Amino acid sequence: MPAVTEELSTYLDIFGSRAERRRAEPDWLVERRNRGMQQFAEQGFPTTKHEEYRYTNLAPIAKTPFRIADGGTVTLDDLAPFLYNGIKGDRLVFVNGQFSRPLSNVADLKASVTTTGLLLADNPAVIAPHLARYSTERNNPLAALNSALFSDGAVVRIPEHTAWDAPVHLVFVSTADAPDTVTHPRVLVIAGRDSEASVIETHCGIGDTPYWTNAVTEIVAADNARLDHYRLQQETLSAFHTSLVEIHQGRDANVTTHSVSFGGALVRNDVEVVLEDENSECTMNGLYAINGRQHVDNRTCVDHTMPHCTSHQLYKGVLDGYARGVFGGKIIVRPDAQKTDAFQSNKNLLLSENADVNTKPQLEIDANDVKCSHGATIGQIDDEAAFYLRSRGLGESEARSLLTYAFAADLLERMKFAPVCDRFESLLMAKLVQQRASKP
Amino acid sequence: MLEIKNLHASVEDKQILKGINLSVSSGEVHAVMGPNGSGKSTLAQVIAGRDTFEVTAGSVTYLGKDLLELAPEERACEGIFLAFQYPVEIPGVSNLYFLRAAVNAARKHRGEDELDAIDFMATAKKKMASLGMDNQMVSRAVNVGFSGGEKKRNEIFQMALLEPKLAILDETDSGLDIDALKTVADGVNALRGPERAIVVVTHYQRLLNYIVPDFVHVLADGKVVRSGDKSLALELEDKGYGWLGNGARPELAVRA
Ligand SMILES: Nc1ncnc2c1ncn2[C@@H]1O[C@H](COP(=O)(O)OP(=O)(O)OP(=O)(O)O)[C@@H](O)[C@H]1O
Ligand SMILES: [Mg+2]
Repeated sequence: MPAVTEELSTYLDIFGSRAERRRAEPDWLVERRNRGMQQFAEQGFPTTKHEEYRYTNLAPIAKTPFRIADGGTVTLDDLAPFLYNGIKGDRLVFVNGQFSRPLSNVADLKASVTTTGLLLADNPAVIAPHLARYSTERNNPLAALNSALFSDGAVVRIPEHTAWDAPVHLVFVSTADAPDTVTHPRVLVIAGRDSEASVIETHCGIGDTPYWTNAVTEIVAADNARLDHYRLQQETLSAFHTSLVEIHQGRDANVTTHSVSFGGALVRNDVEVVLEDENSECTMNGLYAINGRQHVDNRTCVDHTMPHCTSHQLYKGVLDGYARGVFGGKIIVRPDAQKTDAFQSNKNLLLSENADVNTKPQLEIDANDVKCSHGATIGQIDDEAAFYLRSRGLGESEARSLLTYAFAADLLERMKFAPVCDRFESLLMAKLVQQRASKP
Repeated sequence: MLEIKNLHASVEDKQILKGINLSVSSGEVHAVMGPNGSGKSTLAQVIAGRDTFEVTAGSVTYLGKDLLELAPEERACEGIFLAFQYPVEIPGVSNLYFLRAAVNAARKHRGEDELDAIDFMATAKKKMASLGMDNQMVSRAVNVGFSGGEKKRNEIFQMALLEPKLAILDETDSGLDIDALKTVADGVNALRGPERAIVVVTHYQRLLNYIVPDFVHVLADGKVVRSGDKSLALELEDKGYGWLGNGARPELAVRA
């Protein structure tokens, strides 16, 4: 173990100070928290020497001694830009990491959507097999830190053979009243056998001091479960955001996970998918629209372990100003995973000559009867297309906006809740206008 | 309406237009012919405002305005329409959305109210019927997956909706089957009127049987080397371009 640096001691101290709290928790959880803290202490913050962090420097996060956020008041009006009136369904709101009953909207909190605290108290057997198990095995230091320190989180349990029409909306908001606070949002989705549901996570902020969101979502989709998962990242432009989404799928399970990143100063999202049984299918849609000096890094990994599984990844980025995008996608096909069908694509549209993208697809294939393809593109607005639109009367900026929209349209349209799709369409347009306005 | 004087244009230091003179008055139909690579499309694109081409000398006046000062969208709003030789595919943008944006841009420019989706559809439906365009085609992404003929018909559909004062058709007839050619010609003829002018760039006399021109010009090596009436087109069909001396003899250039 390396000498405990100042960077780590902040978190070791916090962990130490919570010993009392942990005594109230079940042994299995304490064990996983201990392991998480140990993993984080051993590895520390990843640096650019790690291949997987080569283009993303987390030093600004590592250098800052973040305090655990607490308190803070938020009104429903403050949350309006992040809520969807057109969508019915349960809503859990977490303010600075703490569950807010008044802002939430849950008919019977104990039924299916609940907080980790409540469920732990009431029925630990349900979550013991899952909570913090996968992420601990992943050996991801930031996810490990989350496991060690998370307090409130959401547990969404979709019972077997059940279909939910309305999505569950989980809102994690940081108020950033004081600088340098951190939250460790935690989500566990347990999709029962033959169930069907949608879960929307919103990660957002309303203050203007720097804060850090370090989120972990674990999704377990049992046989023939169908899950549509959204991760809408709308942090403020002063925010740091790191996340791990870990998805484990059983036989015939079908999961779609959408990752939308519009906010944040420095963002790193990891998605790990393990297709554990035959005929499982995972679709990963990613859209990042960034400008100014935003830096967004998306890393995905799909692990095909069994035959006849399918994975589709489409990540698209719109980058303006001095924004920097990074994409690292990996497809692993294990020896048993014959008849794998895996597709991965990363496309980037650079709206400014100062924006930049690093994209790196990776294939590790150990089976011989598979269909795998991957590709990446980095391009600009097509001059010919822009001229065509302008020759019909559309203004230059209107033509650019329309072509940018067109670039992102397929990903927007894949979000099946119209209010979500519309919201991000207008946010995309607003972002373009904002960038132009700030140009000299 | 359109007055082109001594127009020179180049791309990447390559001179393509080498002193074009052309004058088009309202109510007229002009045909522009000439060998491949002679600069016909370049001329059309320069009039529409494509900035790939640098105008190095000369002037273009349109309805009393210095056209070269205007952005492409301003030219469009002032009534200039170019039917592209190679219409551009734009994935992700629906034809109808695009056309409504175009129609509304022009309306806004003229100080008129913008059309909502319903009013626009009503107008569009009429034009669609006359041009044999189906619903499915107009709702698809602009030109994506269209056959060559469908793309050309889509250009004429756009023209019909935008009702330009000066329409330039760059080889809209090339590669069309006979029915499509008639449809295109009908679309153009429907637009003809004392207030409008039409310039058709074509390689084929056949189109000119349907859209009868008042003047025919021959472009060669970046210049108008010959102008005449519709009989010139017949003569070209007969004899090819060889007898015009390949543009090397400027004394053959006659102003219409
Ligand atoms: N963007 C460009 N870059 C370089 N050269 C170009 C460009 N556009 C046109 N040219 C050249 O300019 C010349 C004139 O081209 P243009 O397309 O205007 O000819 P055209 O008369 O329309 O021919 P066609 O009958 O084949 O359509 C050709 O030699 C062509 O290769
Ligand atoms: Mg041409």
